Amino acid sequence: MDFATFLIQCLNAMQYGLLLFLVASGLTLIFGIMGVINLAHGSFYMIGAYMAYALAPVVGAAFGGEFFSTMVAGLVLSVILGYVLEWAFFSYLYEREHLQQVLMTYGLILVFEELRSLMVGDDVHGVTVPPFLNGTLQLNELMTYPVYRLFISGVCLLLAVAMWFVFTRTRLGMMIRAGTANREMVQSLGIDITLLYRIVFAIGVALAVFAGMIAAPVSSVYPNMGNAVLIICFVVVVIGGIGSIKGALVAALLIGIVDTFGKVLVPQAAGVLVYVLMALILLWRPNGLFKD
Amino acid sequence: MQKRTVLLSAAAFAVIAATTNTWAQAQPKLKVGFMLPATGTFASLGTAIDNGFRLYVAEQGGKIAGREVEYVRVDDESDPSKATDNVNKLIKRDNVDVLVGTVHSGVAMAMAKAAKESGTLLLVPNAGAAAITGPMCAPNIFRSSFTMWQSGYAMGEVAAKKGHKKVVTITWKYAAGDENIKGFKESFEKNGGTVVKELNLPFPNVEFQALLTEIAATKPDAVFTFFAGGGAVKFVKDYSAAGLKKTIPLYGSGFLTDGTLEAQGADADGLLTTLHYADNLNSKRDQAFRLSYAKTYKMQPDVYAVQGYDAGQMLGIGLNATKGDAKNIQGFAQAVRAAKIDSPRGAFTMSKSHNPVQDIYLRKVVGKENVLEGVASKALVDPGLGCKM
Repeated sequence: MDFATFLIQCLNAMQYGLLLFLVASGLTLIFGIMGVINLAHGSFYMIGAYMAYALAPVVGAAFGGEFFSTMVAGLVLSVILGYVLEWAFFSYLYEREHLQQVLMTYGLILVFEELRSLMVGDDVHGVTVPPFLNGTLQLNELMTYPVYRLFISGVCLLLAVAMWFVFTRTRLGMMIRAGTANREMVQSLGIDITLLYRIVFAIGVALAVFAGMIAAPVSSVYPNMGNAVLIICFVVVVIGGIGSIKGALVAALLIGIVDTFGKVLVPQAAGVLVYVLMALILLWRPNGLFKD
Repeated sequence: MQKRTVLLSAAAFAVIAATTNTWAQAQPKLKVGFMLPATGTFASLGTAIDNGFRLYVAEQGGKIAGREVEYVRVDDESDPSKATDNVNKLIKRDNVDVLVGTVHSGVAMAMAKAAKESGTLLLVPNAGAAAITGPMCAPNIFRSSFTMWQSGYAMGEVAAKKGHKKVVTITWKYAAGDENIKGFKESFEKNGGTVVKELNLPFPNVEFQALLTEIAATKPDAVFTFFAGGGAVKFVKDYSAAGLKKTIPLYGSGFLTDGTLEAQGADADGLLTTLHYADNLNSKRDQAFRLSYAKTYKMQPDVYAVQGYDAGQMLGIGLNATKGDAKNIQGFAQAVRAAKIDSPRGAFTMSKSHNPVQDIYLRKVVGKENVLEGVASKALVDPGLGCKM
């Protein structure tokens, strides 16, 4: 591998890692901070991707500016979806065992997949890249790099910073962290913890949906796409340390590097390398990288 | 004495009445067990196969070899872990005369195993795993579709003829991908080319960027690939976005561009693939089939519909020879092996291991169609390695 190729692979690794972080960030909130094992997280990602496909023509026709208006419409819908789901289902789960959480959220996967099948069918669809991001950068004489992928990376970085800021520097973040540590105590201090959790859950869902929407042009849209990202999201959260946003970012980048170079250097073992990494890190730090 | 005669003649009359009664009644219904995906990623493929098969039966007036056809359906969910249970439901609970299925190779293997043990007729209308007409072959198992090896082998010849010397292959690391690449490599290297690198990634991973960079660093003359469904869409788009499409030609198995062109858009334009069917064969047989299918189901047929239709034809040929007896495996197999099956894809025969001996077409993506370029490999026979029959 010459140096130029090595640099391009580093770019690939970083880009994949950041995308992973974006998908896993919602799970960090719901699983990491609220403590609910949410297997339906992948379904929210899938819903986002299908929204990018199905909403774009409708929203674009109504408001113009297809790309951004679809994003906004999708985000609004997803916050509503998250809010309703928390009220109807998840709010009953906090006090229960993990097994019951797993069962219910697994049920949700089946419901969402079946609804998807009824509403948009089982075909594979492509989503077009917005025209102003449709360019490519020439990397060397052969390879080009799509601008849209760099755009995704930029958005992921922005989001990482924003999340870190909200959780460590704002009053809302403080309340959420306090709620994780001791629910009853926060409640007795006069904070409406039920509403707070509902909001956090809605944000978590919105993040997954947003990830699905923004990734749709590069990932394309197909049935069961959510299940593929679900496992890797859990790996990110577990390696990073449950509840740590910084941890999730570092873990996602680590996985990006291991996966990218693993595929090229030891292709026979590419499928298991990420899990070997997880096992090693958990042996070294059973609570993940950044769990205090 | 007289009384006895009366009794006897009454008994004789009753016997005659009883026999004539069965003669008057039609033969018992022919139970066809469809084990196809009705849900999940492959649901639309299952529907196409089901439609194709029923179109043939309808053309025969709803009867095969004089027996009215009755369908029993089980959704296999493309889930190999449920396959044995599902196929046993059809064989033991529903007592079907013939099994038809399926799309997913892993599920089809379980079906082949069960069919081999019970001796029930099995028609495989898609799954391309080599083993079904290889080590697991049996007199009662027939395939109306293809082996993964066939489309790969045909493309190897094409790539060599185009003068390519160094090729990189890329696929998912699983049976279908491996068998397809193996076929390609076999004919490409026989014709003077070299596969310089075999890239693969775990199924169903779709993060191709690292491997695309590796392709660019290797600078081959061409790339051969096998992907299907969502993976095929993403690979074709990523290959183009990485700027490789302009400089390194991409060849693929037909599944790369079948049912995926709408999603791939312009990125698929001009791609060459090999398969046993194309969108405009322009034969009378194919046009008649397409028209009739479109009229019946209000949609266009695809390669899966053709495979379902041909499974129906094979059943018809076999049962006509045995006068509707689905238990007479020897008679059935003899008739199907000797037959020329008049498929919309072009007539084909059965190999010794019961896989179609068929022309593999070279197709080019033009707009939203896989347009026929020519025959890549004429009457290609799968070697059926490991089949002892």
